[in-house]
Amino acid sequence: MARVTAGVTTSHIPAVGAAIDLGKTREDYWAPMFDGYEFSKKWIAETKPDVIFLCYNDHATAFDLKSIPTFAIGCADAFQPADEGWGPRPVPALEGHPELASHIAQSVIQSDFDLTVVNEMEVDHGLTVPLSLMFGQPDAWPCKVIPFAVNVVVYPPPSGSRCYNLGKALRQAIETFDEDLSVQVWGTGGMSHQLQGPRAGLINKEFDADFLDRLIADPAALAQMPHIDYMREAGSEGIELVMWLIMRGALDEAIDVVHRFYHVPGSNTAVGHLILQNQT
Amino acid sequence: MALEKPYSDVPGTTIFDADMLRKGYHLNQFCMSLMKAENRDRFAAGERAYLDEWKMTEEQKDAVLARDYNRMIWSGGNVYFLSKIFSSDGFSFQYAAGSMTGMTQEEYAEMMINGGRSIEGNRYKDEADNG
Repeated sequence: MARVTAGVTTSHIPAVGAAIDLGKTREDYWAPMFDGYEFSKKWIAETKPDVIFLCYNDHATAFDLKSIPTFAIGCADAFQPADEGWGPRPVPALEGHPELASHIAQSVIQSDFDLTVVNEMEVDHGLTVPLSLMFGQPDAWPCKVIPFAVNVVVYPPPSGSRCYNLGKALRQAIETFDEDLSVQVWGTGGMSHQLQGPRAGLINKEFDADFLDRLIADPAALAQMPHIDYMREAGSEGIELVMWLIMRGALDEAIDVVHRFYHVPGSNTAVGHLILQNQT
Repeated sequence: MALEKPYSDVPGTTIFDADMLRKGYHLNQFCMSLMKAENRDRFAAGERAYLDEWKMTEEQKDAVLARDYNRMIWSGGNVYFLSKIFSSDGFSFQYAAGSMTGMTQEEYAEMMINGGRSIEGNRYKDEADNG
């Protein structure tokens, strides 16, 4: 049977992708941030997941305002990196896992989460930057990826508790898939940041530290936090953090923290990164 | 019953909700068109003429021509859509975000290196130093 073997969270800042693509990762500005992912690259090379279920948000790339799915699962066999206005990132195309993705869609929809099934989709920095951070610059991504796009652009996004419970339904779906697969669930975006208006540049380190602590130790209570607390305390774009709760819901209540990293700034944003595993 | 907006007292912040979406629909869809290289070329060749192809308000067109990102946001633009404009211009999110704060790009970048804008004094409009 397939099983959920670990959870990863990371920010997905576009400037981080540009720093990788342009060979700037050892510059003074970026080196301390990329150093926080050195352990992670070794860890993932050793753990070798077969599939990553990658929760991210589309940033006006695959979805414009014509239709706004709250949860969209990518069921295609391949996904191309999108041209976001400056040409596509020079990263490999993603190989999907249509059988597992369809199985998850069927199972999760029957658990009362109304997913939108997407059979053709380009993917943006929200998805490709986390892959680059964890895998570097390979010629091909070493595992399959199921993109899972969550609307956090148009208010209201799904609630924290909705995301957390979706994570639980997701785990149940993965663990009823017949093939023997190691599946990681990733939650991306965040941490505190605001990209718009006169309050742009907001960072709240105390909020972020508390969020990391509670995500690890008390996720069910954290999931009750209302949207307004994210927006007021972590900035209008800090609301992306609800996606981390999908990852957390897919793991056990008690977990081991394999890696924890936090850094300010990554361009406009507080960079947060966790690797969590179920206790065995 | 009107939509509840518990976020309306957050300073210096426009939440892209259903009302803003309706207001900014055509502005944002214009932005999306810039994801195609041929449209970027057409826009660059004649910005006003290209904007006139869209059902945008005069206020929105002016804000685009002036690259005034606050005015674009106040008239219904969303920053992820607006990013297609500044990306086409060859600018980053940091440049655009900085331009909305009244700081120079250098001042803004320096603020971020020093830990970003503090949350203290920036939670509510009535205590805000920048709203």
